[in-house]
Amino acid sequence: MSDKPRSFKRQRLISGLLVNGVLVLICLLWLIPTIGVFVTSFRNSEDIFRSGWWTVFPHKAWVKTAEIKIPAEVDVNGPIQIEGVTSTFEELRNGITLPDGRKLTWFGNKRTRLVVVEEKKWVWFDINLTFDNYKNVLTGKEIRFKDASGNEIVRKGNDLGGAFLNSIAVTVPSTIIPILIAAFAAYGFAWLNFPGRKFFFTIVVALLVVPLQIALVPILQDYTRLNLNGTYLAMWLAHTGFGLPLAIYLLFNYISTLPRDLLESAFIDGASNFTIFTKLILPLSVPALASFAIFQFLWVWNDYLVALVFLGDKNRVVTSALAAIVGEKGQDWHLLTAGAFISMVLPLSVFFALQRYFVRGLLAGSVKG
Amino acid sequence: MASVTYRHVWKKFGDFVALHDLDIEIADKEFLVLVGPSGCGKTTALRCLAGLEEVTQGQVLIGDTVVNDVAPKDRDIAMVFQSYALYPHMTVFDNMAFGLKLRKVPKAEIKRRVEEAAQTLGIEHLLKRKPRELSGGQRQRVAVGRAIVREPKVFLFDEPLSNLDAKLRVQTRAEISKLHQRLQTTFIYVTHDQVEAMTMATRIAVMNKGILQQLDTPQNLYDKPDNLFVAGFIGSPAMNFSDAHLRRDNGGLYVVADDNSFTVRIPEERVPVYMPHAGKKVIFGIRPEDIHNPEFAPPGIHAAPVECKVDVTELMGNEIFLYLVSGRNSFVARVDPRTRFAVGDRVQVVFNMDNFHIFDPSVDAENPKAIR
Repeated sequence: MSDKPRSFKRQRLISGLLVNGVLVLICLLWLIPTIGVFVTSFRNSEDIFRSGWWTVFPHKAWVKTAEIKIPAEVDVNGPIQIEGVTSTFEELRNGITLPDGRKLTWFGNKRTRLVVVEEKKWVWFDINLTFDNYKNVLTGKEIRFKDASGNEIVRKGNDLGGAFLNSIAVTVPSTIIPILIAAFAAYGFAWLNFPGRKFFFTIVVALLVVPLQIALVPILQDYTRLNLNGTYLAMWLAHTGFGLPLAIYLLFNYISTLPRDLLESAFIDGASNFTIFTKLILPLSVPALASFAIFQFLWVWNDYLVALVFLGDKNRVVTSALAAIVGEKGQDWHLLTAGAFISMVLPLSVFFALQRYFVRGLLAGSVKG
Repeated sequence: MASVTYRHVWKKFGDFVALHDLDIEIADKEFLVLVGPSGCGKTTALRCLAGLEEVTQGQVLIGDTVVNDVAPKDRDIAMVFQSYALYPHMTVFDNMAFGLKLRKVPKAEIKRRVEEAAQTLGIEHLLKRKPRELSGGQRQRVAVGRAIVREPKVFLFDEPLSNLDAKLRVQTRAEISKLHQRLQTTFIYVTHDQVEAMTMATRIAVMNKGILQQLDTPQNLYDKPDNLFVAGFIGSPAMNFSDAHLRRDNGGLYVVADDNSFTVRIPEERVPVYMPHAGKKVIFGIRPEDIHNPEFAPPGIHAAPVECKVDVTELMGNEIFLYLVSGRNSFVARVDPRTRFAVGDRVQVVFNMDNFHIFDPSVDAENPKAIR
């Protein structure tokens, strides 16, 4: 009898460990590459190509402590005695370990007569980190840096700062406009009686399955005729159109679960449909609005395809700029990683600011209260 | 202040008839309770008056005005919902002030009215709170307060007590009655609870399946139900019914159970009423409190003895409920607590033949009319 509760406790403990273990594993799988990118963005190009990002952390490594010059009278083709150990040139070339743990390695060819002594030591944070990558990536002016082989490179910067502002100019209205339209539409579909309500709503929902790639070319043709290509307005319209079906559907699901009594009570209190919408529906739908805002914001911010097609190289947004940053041979990792992190700053802060609503909004309608 | 009139109102939802020729006149300052089982159309009737549903046919009048085509906000009514329908994101004050603000009442006036109503209801200390910080009873008061501040012609209540616990319900019941006396306004109150109806109403409208069954004062409804439905609905425990027929014998008129399990004599003064139905099938009804233990039966009643077997006894403290079986009929009796009947006993009880009901199933077998 007495061991029954204990076994239950143990079961809970084991399952708790299992769940948390899996979660930790998933988090690590996601975090490690991100940390890698983060660290890399602070290293200079030479370092990036010489060693991995993890070398910035404290670790034990072979550190050169001394050099031994082999005297000229020693025959390098025969056995050589150094530090009390006798060995041949070939052995020294591959490195030999002394009994006290030090390592001897011949440097270069036979004529150098140089042996490097290394010791395994703790290396702390003494790797040179720099903010230059961020500076170089943000500016549109001339930049100079050393590439992997130590050559000085001088070229025009990628102006990610400008692209960042362009992205904001595209993203903010592209988030707000569809939310406004969709909230009105969702209220209408959920609570107003008009002929064809079901029919139109079905069409809106059906639009969810239309892939936006299909629409790109026709819209591009229209934009060309209307002379809208490369303008912010083109982006706002495109993202509004592509975002609306999901927005209406999500908000409809939320708004239609608001209690009917509430609206009727307001109705009797003397509220018009518009007052009910602004005074009741909007404030009560904040969780749903916020969760859709995050969706739409992240989607527009991270969008490359639509921006590439409709904006092209005019008013370049962050994603387009990032694609160009890496250099014609894909060699400028230090700039790409810094740029990637800059492009992440805003979405991350938006997410953390609204994440409370994000979780609640995803549950919208499924859980009461 | 206004009267309310339903003039031959029909309401249909597709093929379903929710209101069947509803015809009620409610006087000014009356407290009318619409009562009936769920789905009987009582809430629909209220919503038609509020303007939340359009009537299919007929007219609804507030005062002398036909309001069929008047928007809810212009009908000068206030409604308290079952769920209270408080605006969750507003404070109590804003909840109560909402309707006034929309009507562009001056700020000072709003403040005065809200504070006055809050004081009346004893919620003045809650004005700055949000509804979710209130208990059920407090929310209910806020909902009532929101109706009061509007100073409407007619108050509508849609089962406002059904979300409260039993004790609070009794207390709030009394408060609503007091409120009615103080405000001197027409109250229309919907409930499925006949106790609420009996305790608060000046008149009760009993409804079933969209049809008005009887509209009368609580006492009359209890004493003289028009039909089987009303008789069974009003009163708790419900009236006992048994299939029987009337038999003339030795110059007297008797109610004889169809299975011959009991025969009771109808008192002389009531014989003329039932004489025309002699020999016919009827339904005999008697309320639990009119079945007595012979030992403790009040003196001077027309007592008619009936043999029964005790099935279950329930001691309530001030009384005992006996579940009795006589032939194929079963009765609930509400007897004196000194009664010492044991389960399984064969006992004799008496029917008080001053209070009984006879229904005639020959016209409407589903809902037989009372013979009076």
